[in-house]
Amino acid sequence: MNSAGERLYNGIIKENPTFVMMLGMCPTLAVTTSAMNGLGMGLTTMVILALSNLIISMLRKVIPDDVRVPAFIVIVASFVTIVQFLLQAYIPSLNESLGLYIPLIVVNCIILGRAEAYASKNPMIASLFDGIGMGLGFTVGLTSIGLVRELIGSGKIFGAAVLPASYEPVSIFVMAPGAFFVLALLTGLQNKVKLNMAKKGKDVSKIQSGCNADCASCGAKCSSAKE
Amino acid sequence: MSDLRNVSSSPHIRDKATSSNIMRDVVIALLPAAGYGVFHFGMNALIVLLLTVATCVATEYIYEKSMQKPVTIKDFSAVVTGLLLGMNLPCSTPWWMAVLGGIFAILVVKQLFGGLGQNFMNPALGARCFLMISFAGRMTNYAYDTFSGATPLAVLRDGGEADVLQMVIGNTAGMIGETSAVAILIGAAYLLWRGVIDLKIPGTYLLTFVVFMLLFGGHGFDGTYLAAQLAGGGLMLGAWFMATDYVTSPITPRGQIVYGVILGILTGIFRCFGASPEGVSYAIIFSNLLVPLIERFTVPAAFGKAKVKGGNRS
Repeated sequence: MNSAGERLYNGIIKENPTFVMMLGMCPTLAVTTSAMNGLGMGLTTMVILALSNLIISMLRKVIPDDVRVPAFIVIVASFVTIVQFLLQAYIPSLNESLGLYIPLIVVNCIILGRAEAYASKNPMIASLFDGIGMGLGFTVGLTSIGLVRELIGSGKIFGAAVLPASYEPVSIFVMAPGAFFVLALLTGLQNKVKLNMAKKGKDVSKIQSGCNADCASCGAKCSSAKE
Repeated sequence: MSDLRNVSSSPHIRDKATSSNIMRDVVIALLPAAGYGVFHFGMNALIVLLLTVATCVATEYIYEKSMQKPVTIKDFSAVVTGLLLGMNLPCSTPWWMAVLGGIFAILVVKQLFGGLGQNFMNPALGARCFLMISFAGRMTNYAYDTFSGATPLAVLRDGGEADVLQMVIGNTAGMIGETSAVAILIGAAYLLWRGVIDLKIPGTYLLTFVVFMLLFGGHGFDGTYLAAQLAGGGLMLGAWFMATDYVTSPITPRGQIVYGVILGILTGIFRCFGASPEGVSYAIIFSNLLVPLIERFTVPAAFGKAKVKGGNRS
């Protein structure tokens, strides 16, 4: 349950923050006008998420329960500040295109959610990998949305023109409505793939989530019944 | 037991109106305006109209076939959507834009929300706005034959004078199906005579719009200006054919009046204070979104029951 590999799989595929948990919708919809912006936002969030998860997990026995949320926010905000200074110094172009959304990472619900649901209850290494896994899942989500939007909306991939000059960009895709179209489309697509996999018995997560954990009265063959 | 025949549950008396009858009437009513558009703008307009209708019907057929749903192309609703979409495009529209619009209207706005009766927004207008936002340059290219110029509404906005008689006949620049107020009114009269639409929505819409323009249009009680605003742009087509769409307009009588008033005010705001001289399509799709709310607050009291304050909230 707490192994590094399982945490990465959980973050990227099973509980992907963008397509499964639908967390962090504000940056997801706002900054994914290009694949580069999506990638930048995803990686920035991943660094902050992994580090804050690590520190919160270290301090989980020190922080009193009553004030845990302010304490988490102080930790997250410190990392956001550090990362923003680093971005301003070394990648000013990314800093400019993400703009306000970097300071807003402080209130990103993925970060607070993982701190509350995982890091404050689990050991350090597992929390670190939980942060990396969730961050990578977020990065995959944002980059794929950005990729589709950039391709249709301006005919480019990572800033390089790939479609012939005669292609007329459908500019609605780089505007706000396009973000909703693409998010819905990709979410539907990955649900379809996962359902197909579940039908073929490759993925047991669907069976587990639909089970009320009463193995004695349940006739279904599932992995938890073997334990 | 032989006396007991034909046992069935209610309703026992059926109206003859069906979806396909109503939609066929709408198609017939749209023909004068569409025909005038083809006469006025030439073969290009005909090609655009045929393309949008064909794409809409084909998209509906392919989607329903591949989703193993009952195929509903015979109810004419896709034809109406295609025709309305084509009439809302300029005649210079390239073929791929017409096809893209048709696919978007049926696939995204209509079928993904459950097909006829479930869509929350007028499919033709949804697709028109999609194209308008994506290809603003092409959608405002009104050039036809050797004529290229601004639409009467744009002329009015720049302080010029519009020839109201030409606007009523339809001899102006604009979208394929919207220029001729007379042709649209002939179709609307047919729909009124057949009982497909009534005056509640279009009447309150146009009335509210006129009052709004009187107050905020900046021209006071200027008959020519008001007539030009009424006949110009997509107002006639929108008020008679698109605001009255059964699926996306309120079902309660009081709700229809509220809906008409909102439409009139929004169109006036967009035309007077908006960035572009026309705002009918945005006004209609915006009001479409308010319809569930309007219906919720205008539920009539059931027969024999006391009126519930603030509508039925159950």
